[in-house]
This record gives sequence, C-alpha cells and structure tokens, in this order.
Amino acid sequence: MTRAQAMAVLMGAVVLAGCGEKPQTLDAKAKGPDAAPWSTSASSPFYASDWKGGDKAAWEAQIRTRNQGQNDYAR
Amino acid sequence: MARMKFICDAERCIECNGCVTACKAENNVPWGVNRRRVVTLNDGVAGEKSISVACMHCSDAPCMAVCPVDCFYRTDEGVVLHDKDVCIGCGYCSYACPFGAPQFPTNGEFGLRGKMDKCTFCAGGPEANGSDAENAKYGRNRLSEGKLPACAEMCSTKALLGGDGDVVADIFRTRVLNRGKGSEVWGWGTAYGKPVQTSMAAPTEVKK
Repeated sequence: MTRAQAMAVLMGAVVLAGCGEKPQTLDAKAKGPDAAPWSTSASSPFYASDWKGGDKAAWEAQIRTRNQGQNDYAR
Repeated sequence: MARMKFICDAERCIECNGCVTACKAENNVPWGVNRRRVVTLNDGVAGEKSISVACMHCSDAPCMAVCPVDCFYRTDEGVVLHDKDVCIGCGYCSYACPFGAPQFPTNGEFGLRGKMDKCTFCAGGPEANGSDAENAKYGRNRLSEGKLPACAEMCSTKALLGGDGDVVADIFRTRVLNRGKGSEVWGWGTAYGKPVQTSMAAPTEVKK
C-alpha cells in the first residue's frame, strides 16, 4: 500500500467516524439515584389489586398484563 | 423488559384531550403547565389528524445532553426523569427538546420561570417511591404501584399506547397490518424496520 493510499484510508476513517451510531445502553453516569419501581415492599392502597410490592418478576408480569389491556386484538 | 415508550395512533386519536386531563388530575399539575397536550394538524379540515404529545423518554435524550447542572437521569426502565432539587430552571432543555416537553411554571412577576416540569411516565422522581415528597414535586408514581401512565391507560380510543416499548410496538404493528397497511406508513421503517409480524395477537385477516 502506498503512502497516498494509506492516507486516503485514514482520511476516510476520520470522515466517516461521525456516521456511526452511538450506543444506547445505560451507562453508570446516566443512571439516577431513583429506586426501582418494584423495590417498595410496603403495601399501599394504591397498588394494583393483584400485585404486591418487592417482587420484580411479579411487577413485570403486572406491567405486561396492563400493556395487553391496551391491545384490542388480544381481548 | 425493554424501555418504556409512548406511541400515539393518529388514526385513532379524536382530540378529546382526555389524556391531558388525566395527566393533570393524576399528577396535580399546576395551572399553566401541560405535561401532555394534543396537537392537531389541519384542524377543522376534513381528514385532520391529532396526536397526543409529551416527553417521549428518548433513548438518547437531548435534554440530558444539554443540561448544565446534569439534573436528568434515566431509570432502568428507560424513563427519563429529572431532579428538581438540582434543576436551576435555565430552560436549555426546552430549546433542545424536539417535542416541547419541558414546561416551566410562570406564576410570578417579570416572567419568573420556576424549575422545569415534564412528563415522568408516571414514575415520580428521585424521592422514595410513593412518598408525599415525591408526590408533591413530581406527581403520582404509578409505575411503582404496578400500573402504567394514567394518560395511556384511560385513553378511550386506545390511541395513546404506553408501556414496554416492544409490546407497544407489537400492538401498533398489529393494528397497522389489520388496516391493510405496512411499510408505506409514514415513519414505519424508521421506527420498526421490516414489518414482520411477531405479536402473539396476530391479525386473523389482513385487508387488501
């Protein structure tokens, strides 16, 4: 590879560097001090009737059920 | 679980403003602040289209990027929230947001601008879940009660969908396919890629 070709490849890499997609994963900095929504174990009269706090799997199941409540084709 | 997202179905929204009312009532949103609003294109003309708009809880949120005091954060569920104890009310986020989500109470003289207020996806703020302090500053924390945002759950035509992004996208995809539409729908490719039916609730009959 000639020096000119190497320079062209390098320049191309620099020019196209801005075209990549930024990762959208949560990094530690973006995460806030907030507690997880399922973490509250104390009972509350406002809880959905068939769900109790403190259980992540149960919370996710509850949210899925509520989500499907918006789905006309699943009724 | 995927990120929490909203999507509004312009074919279903009837501009009833029920979502706006539900949001204001559920979160005790002060006068002059609208966390959610309904925008109508070609209002009064046959074929007008309305959509309900609030914070879209962007995966790469511009408000978060421009905030000089770094008051924004994102929860594990992908909800973009902010800390009002840190916010200085500068308004940079309102210029950065493409949806006009950040709102500022103006209840004093000389254009006084208070701390920013916006849709929380009914997930409150950094205070303890369901506490009075959280309720006073950010409104109701429905997510911690095992519920979805009030605006989406009470939408009478189910135009406004809110919840797990994958589920919401599946519901919307099913609707569009049942209407006999697909990738020609505006924004479809950008939002969902190739329209492959993955929902458990597959349409029984696709109109041509």
